[in-house]
Amino acid sequence: MNKMNGAQLTIKLLERFGVGIIAGIPGGSNLPLYDALSHSTTIRHVLARHEQGAGFIAQGMARSSGRPAVCFATSGPGATNVMTALADAKLDSIPIICITGQVPQSLIGTDAFQEIDTYGMSIPITKHNFLVRSARELLEVIPAAFRIASEGRPGPVLIDIPKDVQLEMVEFADWPAMPQRECVKQYRKQDIEQAAAMINAAERPILFLGGGIRHGNAHDAAIRLAEKNNLPTTMTLLGLGSMPTEHPLALGMLGMHAARYTNLAMEECDLLLVAGARFDDRATGKIAEFCPGAKIIHIDIDPGEINKLRTAHLQLVGDAGSVLAELLPQVESKSRQDWLNRMAFLKKENSFIIEGADDPRMPYGLIRQIAALADHETLIATDVGKHQMWVAQTYPFCRPRQLLTSGGLGTMGFGLPAAIGASLAHPQRTVVCFSGDGSILMNIQELATAVEQRANVKIFVLDNTSLGLVRQQQNLFFGKQYFASEYQHHVDFVTIARGFGMQAFALGASDDPVATLTEAMQTRGPCLVHVPIGRNEEVYPMVPPGAANKEMIGGENHANA
Amino acid sequence: MQTLKESYPCQPSAAAGQKVLELTVNNHPGVMSHICGLFSRRAFNMEGILCMPIGDGKLSRIWIQIAGTSQLDQIVKQLEKLEDVRTVVSHPAEHEVFAKLEEYFQGS
Ligand SMILES: Cc1ncc(C[n+]2csc(CCOP(=O)(O)OP(=O)(O)O)c2C)c(N)n1
Ligand SMILES: [Mg+2]
Repeated sequence: MNKMNGAQLTIKLLERFGVGIIAGIPGGSNLPLYDALSHSTTIRHVLARHEQGAGFIAQGMARSSGRPAVCFATSGPGATNVMTALADAKLDSIPIICITGQVPQSLIGTDAFQEIDTYGMSIPITKHNFLVRSARELLEVIPAAFRIASEGRPGPVLIDIPKDVQLEMVEFADWPAMPQRECVKQYRKQDIEQAAAMINAAERPILFLGGGIRHGNAHDAAIRLAEKNNLPTTMTLLGLGSMPTEHPLALGMLGMHAARYTNLAMEECDLLLVAGARFDDRATGKIAEFCPGAKIIHIDIDPGEINKLRTAHLQLVGDAGSVLAELLPQVESKSRQDWLNRMAFLKKENSFIIEGADDPRMPYGLIRQIAALADHETLIATDVGKHQMWVAQTYPFCRPRQLLTSGGLGTMGFGLPAAIGASLAHPQRTVVCFSGDGSILMNIQELATAVEQRANVKIFVLDNTSLGLVRQQQNLFFGKQYFASEYQHHVDFVTIARGFGMQAFALGASDDPVATLTEAMQTRGPCLVHVPIGRNEEVYPMVPPGAANKEMIGGENHANA
Repeated sequence: MQTLKESYPCQPSAAAGQKVLELTVNNHPGVMSHICGLFSRRAFNMEGILCMPIGDGKLSRIWIQIAGTSQLDQIVKQLEKLEDVRTVVSHPAEHEVFAKLEEYFQGS
């Protein structure tokens, strides 16, 4: 017979399921959990400085490894603080498990100190959630949480454990096994044959890869299919890296800040093979005018995504990697010379303008310089804003899970803690975080965590003294009425970083920016590099929100005009 | 499912474009929040809902009347994704469950 309290049982189960790191912050309602955790010899606790930071550290681990990661928060304010990270994980389908302490059951519903309806609050922003009512239930709930977080379309799971449940003694004979994940397959052999026939018959097909390609080895299957049939391939923000940026068939990211040729190519396709993408409005623009002449084959593990925004001519509900692998033998080897020539022509006529490509003090130049100093193992995290889009447009990604970025929720403050999490999961790798002067302030406290953990993160703060992407919208769509988007007070980020005990570099004061960047990238451990950027450096092209993707502003190649 | 149109030829609840869904769900205090929350956050139209435990109380049966059938496919798929939802069966609007309750919902 095993005998222990609910908190000890929770920690033991997490150990048994292979959890090596938990990020979190203790408080009154989760102290029994922390006490149990203090006795663990296999789980390392990473003390975050804000529960949102803890949530994003868990995301960084999960996004970079593909495995569920765990974070802890106490009841009340701890729980409310972690919600943003859960919502972010929901929209990007990231498997994290958040365990919150709750006031004792006898106090639930009495407005007790630090009581909040964590269960009710987290329903719409989790894949599933639990309020545990007895220590025995943990034997089912915790394995179920791991299954749910990673099964089918992954997502966040919250487990709320009242303090009395953490302290309740429970006796049991056997440890629960890790439950089997159910595999989703709702298509028949004929559907694969029909899909292959549609691809073979198409004259101007495009392969369209989303975040769902991160799982399994779907990217391998996707690349092999594309190469065999010569399918030009575009990717969503979360799909970047599925096919290397430098692959001859790669069209790059589509949508609001795509290269002109990418969006223009989409206009001409007659068949869109969509895998693991959900027709998000940032990718499709005005959906009614997206790929107007195309038949749609939609591959997704979530049946709810099929026909949600765009009717599919053929649906294949299942794991993208398996579906693509099944399609491979059925699609013909094709050269598609005309279509590829057309792609090459569009690319030449509407080439992407990389202004300042050779100047590391300019946004694109900086990104290219970092890419030159990085290796294939380097992970890239971003915050949200112009800097994020510059990275998405030009960083040469070479594999899935290399880019960690907040896509669906677009959460400023994501970058630094996610980078720390990625570094904890991959201590031997360098993690670069591209941030903005606005975003970095939203989780700046995690600089302390980075230093404490000696995380090998390189933070580049692209400081345009503004909420750049907001300011750009005011420039383009609100008559240059710059309101609340330009900072009046300038923060000294180098001093701030040093105050946290972190090494810092001021690129603006450097005589040799390449040497400074090299030093930053090569010094082991965390550092911050401040990069002054002009307020007027915009992100082009840009599709106005709500407009069709062909209505791009800026980014014309005047040399060809 | 069998249509019951013959036995209830002109019930007001049988107006065109309505549907009745029958759900079997895990019975616990949060399950109604999951269902109702799904309808409100996805802007699905719910006209009526009934819920009672069945069997030994481990499960509940939920009846939902929905207006308009254009969202039906999405509603069913999204309901089926909820962890606590075991089965979803879609019935025609003429299903008697809501009609039989009509006398409790009279008045202005
Ligand atoms: C938490 C949060 N609040 C507000 C926004 C809206 N928003 C999107 S981009 C942006 C500006 C980001 O500024 P910065 O981090 O400096 O990046 P820049 O665009 O200047 O490169 C804002 C305010 C957001 N995405 N997230
Ligand atoms: Mg900025």
